[in-house]
Amino acid sequence: MTTPTKPMNPAVELGSDTAALFGRHLRHLIRMPEKLLGATLMPVAYVVLFGVLFGSAMRAPGGNYQEYLMAGILAQTMLTNVSSTALGIASDLNNGLVDRFRSLPMTNLSVPLARTCSNMVIALLSIVVMSAVGYIIGWRLDNGIGAALAGYGLLLLLGFAMSWFGALIGLVLRDVEAINSVTILIVLPVTFLSNAFIPLGGLPDWLRAICEWNPLSAVVTACRELFGNPTGELGDSVLVEHAAPMSLLLTGLMLLVFIPLAVRAYRRAVTR
Amino acid sequence: MGIAIQAEGLRKRYGENEALRGVDLSVPTGTVLGVLGPNGAGKTTTVRILATLLSADAGHASVAGFDVAGRAREVRRRIGLTGQYAAVDERLTGRENLRLVGTLYHLGRRTAKRVADDLLERFDLTEAADRAVKGYSGGMRRRLDLAASLVARPEVLFLDEPTTGLDPHSRNTLWETIRGEVAAGVTVLLTTQYLEEADQLADRILVIDSGSVIAEGTADELKRKVGGERLAVRLTTPESAERAARALTGIGTAPATLDDDGLTVTVAMAPGIGAVAEAAGALDSLGLDVDDFGVRRPSLDDVFLSLTGKNTQVETG
Repeated sequence: MTTPTKPMNPAVELGSDTAALFGRHLRHLIRMPEKLLGATLMPVAYVVLFGVLFGSAMRAPGGNYQEYLMAGILAQTMLTNVSSTALGIASDLNNGLVDRFRSLPMTNLSVPLARTCSNMVIALLSIVVMSAVGYIIGWRLDNGIGAALAGYGLLLLLGFAMSWFGALIGLVLRDVEAINSVTILIVLPVTFLSNAFIPLGGLPDWLRAICEWNPLSAVVTACRELFGNPTGELGDSVLVEHAAPMSLLLTGLMLLVFIPLAVRAYRRAVTR
Repeated sequence: MGIAIQAEGLRKRYGENEALRGVDLSVPTGTVLGVLGPNGAGKTTTVRILATLLSADAGHASVAGFDVAGRAREVRRRIGLTGQYAAVDERLTGRENLRLVGTLYHLGRRTAKRVADDLLERFDLTEAADRAVKGYSGGMRRRLDLAASLVARPEVLFLDEPTTGLDPHSRNTLWETIRGEVAAGVTVLLTTQYLEEADQLADRILVIDSGSVIAEGTADELKRKVGGERLAVRLTTPESAERAARALTGIGTAPATLDDDGLTVTVAMAPGIGAVAEAAGALDSLGLDVDDFGVRRPSLDDVFLSLTGKNTQVETG
């Protein structure tokens, strides 16, 4: 009586499953204007608050603080992908949708992949809005369009890696409160123990060393270079000295680690 | 007739907790197996292993002719699963939910669309089809969830407590749908805490408790196993109910039990009118005010109580 569905080419299948689920996430986005508002207004508030507040108290070596700040604040926004992805995937897990998906003859990779990709839509939107606001407060791209696009690409790559990290955290922790506390515990020190907001010149040596070896500093420095913004005084850590190749390497490594771990966690995940 | 679901020696442990201690079961094609047991008995774990969501620590199982561990993909193409939660996307409409599932079954866009429309019609959801599921009632969500598990016309359907929390009307509707699927040749494994549900739908019943099968048979076989008839007497005060229970314990074949309400005494009786007359005489001589007095065949509740020493209803409320 039953005609089982025909097997497909695995690559076609991955594309088709991911596209179907990506469509689902886009519908969510359109139906939850509050989520869109959060993704755009929060970063704008950051740009304005930090830019104006810190900008009037701090001077960046070799340029104004607003110009120094933008790469840092864009990178920080990419880190917030950890919690948004983690909370989204945990909600699918807790209301039984993951059980349903896992009982279907679909590819395992497609469920976290569609979610991380759809988060990149939000990330891109935040980047565009923040850049516009940055322009208004005096931030300029001084290194040509190609380099600027490379910088944006690097930011999105960081966001993608963080999104996969979030998928892993969400699948392992499940609980909303646990996810919130763990992501804050990770994101906060990574953000502030870096050169994202403050030039490192004035820090004591030991603290400065920590900040220079923070991978986020590498990404932020690379973006500043690509955007043609002041980088501040660079230390002698190989991460900030060769910021662009190092950040490519580091985000690539993160993806290599987080994707298999997240897919493995997904394959074992059941609603409790 | 073939065997659609077969399991041997399924074991599963979560840390210290042994969820399954060797479960065997076998469901002939086109029949319904009811898996009955209280919370934490291992019903959901069994379903999840059979539906390829969990791997067993020991034992093996096959569904629709394919091993659940080695050929999960083939199994997934032939099963439908309705879990304890209505696993539907709240932000999407009913129609979008069904189309999404159809696409994920790789039915193709056009077929997925047609199947979704057919199912919405069949489950009386056409009117609500284009509204977000968020606004659906509990019964509508369950119907949509069941519809989602039927999108690819599965050979085997797993229903994990499909009617928990539903009002009687919605429950009856769901039962009718399940009967319809069985009539069309689908094999069903249904877990439930409701003895009535197993009695209504299942060809055979498996009673599990603490991860082990403690009884198996048709509803009639299980009732016969418990034997005898039940005398139920309802008193007007808890004190008189306790006195009646003491008196009836001497007459029945097992100690009398008090129901939750504290007023109804139930006791297993030897067959025949003699024991009933003796019970009536005993109550009369105590001068108790008897509200109701009746003899009935044992229900599945009685079966469960005598098998496990626990009353299912106490736990399920």
